[in-house]
Amino acid sequence: MTRQPLLTSLTALTALTAMGLLAACGSAPPEAPVSTAPGEAKTITAKAMADGLHAVMSADRTVYTRLIVNRLQNEEKLIKASEHWKEDKALVLPAQMFRFGAEMVAESKPPFSYSLQSLWPINQQNAPKTEAEKAGLAYIAENKGKNYYAEETLGGVKYFTAVYPDNAIAPACVSCHNEHADTPRTDFKLGDVMGGVVIRIPVDA
Amino acid sequence: MRASRTWRLVAVWTVLTLAAGGVMAWALLSPEPLAARAWFTPGPMTHGHHSIELACGSCHVDAFGGGEVLETSCTGCHGAQLDAANDAHPRAKFTDPRNADLLNVIDARNCVSCHSEHRPEMTHPMGLTLPPDYCLTCHLDIGTERDTHAGLGFEPCASAGCHNYHDNRALYADFLLRHADDPILTAMARVPDRLPGAGVPQPLPSAAPLPTQAPALTGAAMDDWLASAHADAGMGCGSCHAAGGAWVQRPDHTACAGCHGDEVDGFLAGKHGMRLAVDLPPMTPAMARLPMQAQAAHTELGCGSCHAAHRFDVHTAAVESCLSCHADDHSLAYVGSPHHQLWQQEQAGERPPGSGVSCATCHLPRAQHQRAGVTTIRVQHNQNDGLRPNEAMVRPVCQNCHGLGFALDALADPELIRRNFPHAPTHHVESIDMAVRRAEADRARRAVDSSPGP
Ligand code: HEC
Repeated sequence: MTRQPLLTSLTALTALTAMGLLAACGSAPPEAPVSTAPGEAKTITAKAMADGLHAVMSADRTVYTRLIVNRLQNEEKLIKASEHWKEDKALVLPAQMFRFGAEMVAESKPPFSYSLQSLWPINQQNAPKTEAEKAGLAYIAENKGKNYYAEETLGGVKYFTAVYPDNAIAPACVSCHNEHADTPRTDFKLGDVMGGVVIRIPVDA
Repeated sequence: MRASRTWRLVAVWTVLTLAAGGVMAWALLSPEPLAARAWFTPGPMTHGHHSIELACGSCHVDAFGGGEVLETSCTGCHGAQLDAANDAHPRAKFTDPRNADLLNVIDARNCVSCHSEHRPEMTHPMGLTLPPDYCLTCHLDIGTERDTHAGLGFEPCASAGCHNYHDNRALYADFLLRHADDPILTAMARVPDRLPGAGVPQPLPSAAPLPTQAPALTGAAMDDWLASAHADAGMGCGSCHAAGGAWVQRPDHTACAGCHGDEVDGFLAGKHGMRLAVDLPPMTPAMARLPMQAQAAHTELGCGSCHAAHRFDVHTAAVESCLSCHADDHSLAYVGSPHHQLWQQEQAGERPPGSGVSCATCHLPRAQHQRAGVTTIRVQHNQNDGLRPNEAMVRPVCQNCHGLGFALDALADPELIRRNFPHAPTHHVESIDMAVRRAEADRARRAVDSSPGP
């Protein structure tokens, strides 16, 4: 109990000295040590951010595939989805919807990036390239329902890399991939893991 | 003694430095003479840009900017064309950090990584300044991924009529398959009629009294005007000569732009008009790198150099105007070629309109445009649009009359082009065959997959 006042006065002294120093330097306003800007008071982990981003991506992707592509192409047979959507006056593919979104997001240079990949890609450029991608896609294919998290360094920058399973959530996913001329795999079934969403967030080394 | 000598040396040095600096600053900043600016160019430019070489500021928009600034200049002029071409390798494809390793080899996010200017010693066709086998950087495995590509080298990917880095509108597999059975000549074999759409020029108030400076009309000018579409549409002298109020003796492209805006935009985007677009004096054949007719050397290019006032005859502008300047082998060989014979027959009324092939049929084609839901068919006045690369001409031009395979074969044969297509192509591009082989193999594989097992 007797140490309490001593501690308090020590703390106060340190704080006063620090403030005096700061004021002398004239570098920072007095309220600088306590940040009050909305959203900046607490930190959020890279994992929580990636999980949150994925929840949104996954929901949007499911909505587009079920409510637009699967309904209009496979059920109502009103309009097709095509890789050459502009030329064929067709719906964009779910994977294109995802990539165009990712590309537009990248234009605003946010602190993350994301892509859709697979061990059985129609487009070879969507095959895993980095070690974390290779390990992650293999892991989510073998461990259904689980995500994969890792850190990797690319181009001198350290990243937190998360890989989430991308599942065949509608018959359209399966039929289109199995029948595509460029697919290396023709036995996808509803519910299968078809690939993965890779999200990357740069983290300090 | 000593001190005054030193002082004199310093004075001389100062004066010389100031004089040299002054001359350089004047050369850089003064509009005239432009030639002085040439002292500063680090080397000759590509055929695409050489005529605007002295408009340094059209690319180097900021004296202190690096690559980023140059990039905005590139896309400022070429961005819309890349979009229209469904650019196969847009910058956006490369920004993901997973490409970091590859970008160390070629930084595909920047135009200037592959198109470096002022480097004639390393410039290939299309202004490419990389070794032409650059595709292998990312597509090294294509030979194992696709049976059809096994054993092919990388040098010819983009030079054999199969692929382009940016514009593959006429070359992607599904398109090749769709046109696999095209005949050599299509049933119609005609270019579409022009369709002005909603942008039809509105007659200007030609009834308004002419400004007093208007010179008396001579007979020839009057006859020419009376024979023109302008007279039919009620466009009088003042519509062009006094578009801005005051009388202008020799109206330039800005007067035409009032009604023919899209045409003028196209003209300013191509080699004929791009000097005007960056506020340089007009292009002349003397400045061209292609062989030109000597007597035309100093003709200044504007709307009127091809569409002579006051007749504005589009037929003259389609052949005679071109040949009055252009004297390269391809142009000279046009006369008497099969295409030219068709043109003469059309002009003589022996064939239907649109069935002849003039210079303009291919180089200033009638192209479809969509604007606010309205379709128009207008003449593309950027004659370079279909040449970057020449497969860009396949869909808007060749396919009006020819099958895809025939057109690809012809465009991949430089000698046939030089001689202006005197006969059917003898060279063969395998792309359609490869697409067909691959589709057949795929069908066969599926038939096996779905057959009941043993
Ligand atoms: C109408 C056809 C079509 C439908 C429907 C479709 N895809 Fe695709 N998918 C494609 C094509 C084509 C690509 C390659 C796109 C590209 O060029 O990047 C692709 C790419 C992918 C990729 C990236 C790896 C690769 O194959 O290149 C994944 C993962 C994927 N799709 C999963 C799905 C899932 C899951 C669904 C349903 C939610 C789905 N797809 C629906 C045609 C389709």
